[in-house]
Amino acid sequence: MYPSRFAYEAPSSLDEAIGLLHQGAGEAKVLAGGQSLVPLIKLRFASPELLVDINRLPGLDTLDVAADGSIRVGALVRHRDLERSTDLARVQPVMAAAAPLIADPIVRTRGTLVGSLCHADPQGDWAAAVTAVGGHVVAQGPGGRRTIPIADFVTGPFQNVLAYDEVAVEAVIPAPTGQVAGGFLKLERRVGDFATAGTAVALELTGDRVSRAGIALTGVGSRTIDARAAADSLIGQVLSAQAIAQAADLAAEAAQPNSDHRGSAAYKRHVIHTFVTRILTRITTTSERAA
Amino acid sequence: MTVTEPTSRALDEIKIGGMGASRKRVEDNRFIRGRGHYVDDVVLPGMLHMEILRSPLAHARIKSIDASAAWDIPGVRLVLTGEMMATRNLAWMPTLSYDTQAVLATDKVRFQGQEVACVIADDPYIAKDACEAIVVDYEPLPVIVNPTQALAPDAPIIRDDKQNQPDNVCFNWEVGDRDRTDQAFADADVVSKIQLHYPRSHPSPLETCGSVADFDRATGKLTVYMTTQAPHIVRAAVALIAELPEHLIRIVSPDLGGGFGNKVPVYPGYVMSILASILTERPVKWIEDRTGNLISTGFGRDVYLEGEMALRKDGRILGIRMHTDSDHGAFFGDAQPSKFKIGLLHSAFACYDIPTAHLTARGVYTNKAPGGVAYRCSFRVTEAMFFQERMVQAAADDLGMDQAEFRRINFVRDDDFPHRTPFGFLTDSGQYEKCLQVGLDAIDYPGFLKEKEEAAKNGRLLGIGISCMTEPLGAGNSREYDILGIKMFDSAELRVHMTGKAILRTGAKTQGQGHETTWAQIVAHELGLPADDIVVEEGDTDTAPFGMGTYASRSTPVAGAAIAMAARKVKAKARKLAAHLLEVSEEDVEWELGRFYVRSAPDRGVTIQECAMAAYSNMPDGLEPGLEANAYYDPPNLTWPFGCYIATVEIDPVTGVWDVLRFVAVDDCGVRINPMIVEGQIMGGLTEAYAMASMQFITFDEEGNCIGSNFMDYLLPTAWETPGWELHEVVTPCPHHPIGAKGVGECATVGGPAAFVNAVMDALKGHGVRNVDMPLLPDRVYEAITERHDVSGAPPIRTDR
Repeated sequence: MYPSRFAYEAPSSLDEAIGLLHQGAGEAKVLAGGQSLVPLIKLRFASPELLVDINRLPGLDTLDVAADGSIRVGALVRHRDLERSTDLARVQPVMAAAAPLIADPIVRTRGTLVGSLCHADPQGDWAAAVTAVGGHVVAQGPGGRRTIPIADFVTGPFQNVLAYDEVAVEAVIPAPTGQVAGGFLKLERRVGDFATAGTAVALELTGDRVSRAGIALTGVGSRTIDARAAADSLIGQVLSAQAIAQAADLAAEAAQPNSDHRGSAAYKRHVIHTFVTRILTRITTTSERAA
Repeated sequence: MTVTEPTSRALDEIKIGGMGASRKRVEDNRFIRGRGHYVDDVVLPGMLHMEILRSPLAHARIKSIDASAAWDIPGVRLVLTGEMMATRNLAWMPTLSYDTQAVLATDKVRFQGQEVACVIADDPYIAKDACEAIVVDYEPLPVIVNPTQALAPDAPIIRDDKQNQPDNVCFNWEVGDRDRTDQAFADADVVSKIQLHYPRSHPSPLETCGSVADFDRATGKLTVYMTTQAPHIVRAAVALIAELPEHLIRIVSPDLGGGFGNKVPVYPGYVMSILASILTERPVKWIEDRTGNLISTGFGRDVYLEGEMALRKDGRILGIRMHTDSDHGAFFGDAQPSKFKIGLLHSAFACYDIPTAHLTARGVYTNKAPGGVAYRCSFRVTEAMFFQERMVQAAADDLGMDQAEFRRINFVRDDDFPHRTPFGFLTDSGQYEKCLQVGLDAIDYPGFLKEKEEAAKNGRLLGIGISCMTEPLGAGNSREYDILGIKMFDSAELRVHMTGKAILRTGAKTQGQGHETTWAQIVAHELGLPADDIVVEEGDTDTAPFGMGTYASRSTPVAGAAIAMAARKVKAKARKLAAHLLEVSEEDVEWELGRFYVRSAPDRGVTIQECAMAAYSNMPDGLEPGLEANAYYDPPNLTWPFGCYIATVEIDPVTGVWDVLRFVAVDDCGVRINPMIVEGQIMGGLTEAYAMASMQFITFDEEGNCIGSNFMDYLLPTAWETPGWELHEVVTPCPHHPIGAKGVGECATVGGPAAFVNAVMDALKGHGVRNVDMPLLPDRVYEAITERHDVSGAPPIRTDR
């Protein structure tokens, strides 16, 4: 596994990194955790001319979990940092549920959430969780900063809206307004495997009723799927068996799975249905509902 | 005459690291410190690097190869194509199964990943760049990826290079007694049938294959460092085939990062690196990448098995009929030492007392990678035992009998050895019923059946699976087993130095089995030398005695026996030295561990170390100096260890996901040299069994693209999902082995898979399902539950995208 020839730069400031990306004119790639990029380069599926290593940039490793429930995840925050955060489970259960299911322990020590969002793998896990909570990505380029809602961030398989000279500097999970609940379930053949199918559910409840809902699916389409109709069907509802069944039906309908060696399309759809049902049913038992 | 009890002076065998000592593995001292020395650690002055260009297509005619752009890249020293190999008569090479295999493709490519060209350059990056610069013009041909397609009347002929090859059949073979078996079926009260596919798997040693070839024009000597489990066979092959003089060929197999059968065959990469070194007069290194290893080197299994069992109402088995269709890929390159086309597949049912059986086997060519190997088993034994135990469970179910009881009444009895199996093997010893009982007690069989019944009332699906088998391990004997005509014996050479330290060399080759540890223990047992005083060396054909290498669990049965025999020769000489030192006649000398003494005066004795010193400093007249011996051991028979594996599982009926609740393994491998290493072997084997049962397969889409070319698609289990193993033992010494040992390294891999599958099928009993083929991925189990039908055949690659 010998990559094509590439140049490597490890700038010490964000401006310098952006400048290098600008000079790279589309042939440069940002290296953060490297857990997706490096295998691609090794296999020569990607052959960037320049790697801009952002690991020395200051200030990007901040994981800020605010008391109000908003979360800022810097571009160098590792999956492991999220997995070990004691605040995450309290403020955003779907994020806490997803964290230990990302890849395997070895990848989690290096890989980053922001990198995972940028990589835009249709089988990625974080994108589903961040979609379910309605997060956004903050990008910085020569022209300054901009905020991109996650729904607009990914444009297709392995494609995002970043300009070639922009760096995604952080992901932001907004503060909820109601009581938070949620969960993340993933079917994998083995720890570290890509999801056969995965489901992220994030709810906010006011009293017994759902005031905000997000349901996102991974592994069942050419990109992360925002199961909007399924989520909307829950708004204003009590989580009755009927409401759960309807949301599960709609989520399964929203899935666009392919049949492959991980399972048939029908099976994957069935798994989505099962996962939505299970997460929502567990929430009704209140044990997983955050304070 | 009184005999004084001499035990007081004998050494404590466990303390000196002898037989039965769970001695820590001495090789791990360097492995855990990162100081192992693998092929890729070999760096020679002026060394060049080789990379291989592989075919992206599974079946295509090569119209042209243009390597001019590759030659133009600075740092490129040599580009080899099939055409250039052909001018040296090296475009094709013989396989271990008397077929031929392309070294570099000339006429056609016949599987995805086949070697098309190679580049030798100053560094591997340049070589890789140059491979990408080679332009190959392919004309695609229809692709065959399974036996059904291969046998279709209008199927394209894959091996059109061969004379007299009108179809895609590479062999038809049969064994057993057809007429008698027909009669058994005519007499049967019940006939039970089953049809299975054992999917293609890959041994996947973590170290891939590679070589460093170093031809010295001045001395004419060829040295090849390579990843081989059988260095002497390679030397013989190079001498016999390439007609290089044998004394000028040195094959060195350094530390190996696993083999599992994958490193038995000779691969095109080795041959090309040798030729490249001869042509460039520089050392040439080739290190295969992961994908190359997975898509082009020796796989395991890929056999369709069907059969039926003739049964009497009382549960006795009257006869077996079996048929196999095996998929050998593009070249019949099975690496196996038997005369039987389908290996030892007919060792099936060896632990049961069955009057008659008949097996037909057919092998076919397909557009898939060649070189079936015995992946952690004696050849095709894994398929045999898997079929056997799935068949046994199906038969028990058909008879409405308890599966344990059905096995018990059909087992070969303890007093019925030696026992001739229905296919003609001779088993030598065992306590099958006892092993089963140990397993049933450990798992609390009646308790679990109750638990299962209770759970079913709540809609939970629990199941228990049993798998019992005796495995033929340790080829030879030389009458029936050879590789390219070289008989399957093995060898050892023991040299005791004057201070009582020793070096032991064997013709085997450790690749993780722990020979450096256990071989010294055999010597310690025989001679009373502390194991720490014995260094073990293997893998260098210039120094090691000729042997057939390590695979098929043959090392302890064959090389281990040779070690004991060599040590006994040393001891016989030491006894003469002791008699001389003690000034008595040899007949008056007695032995206790580590010491000879005078029978009538036990206080008068000499240690083995004192004998060693005398061998170099105080020899009696007429005795030649030195204390060393070698032994070549041709075993009288295979060894037949027994294993009983029991799994309990729970299936999530909604998703088809299943979890192992408990797993009990009872292994009888005879006398255990190092119990800790044996247990490690069993745990590793069970983990591989679990992998094949639950997640692992290499399959191909209809265009012949390999699905399973990396470790994200071809899955190795991790500690996270691997269940805990509960190990038990029964010891029935092998009657013909000098230390009573039997092979064990592979039993768990062979016997394990059926335990998992039987457990899942047991949980699905009543769902109208007779079989789900491995791997039991959740979607396949779910399909069986919901559709109430069998899920059979190779895991399908559906293409509705």
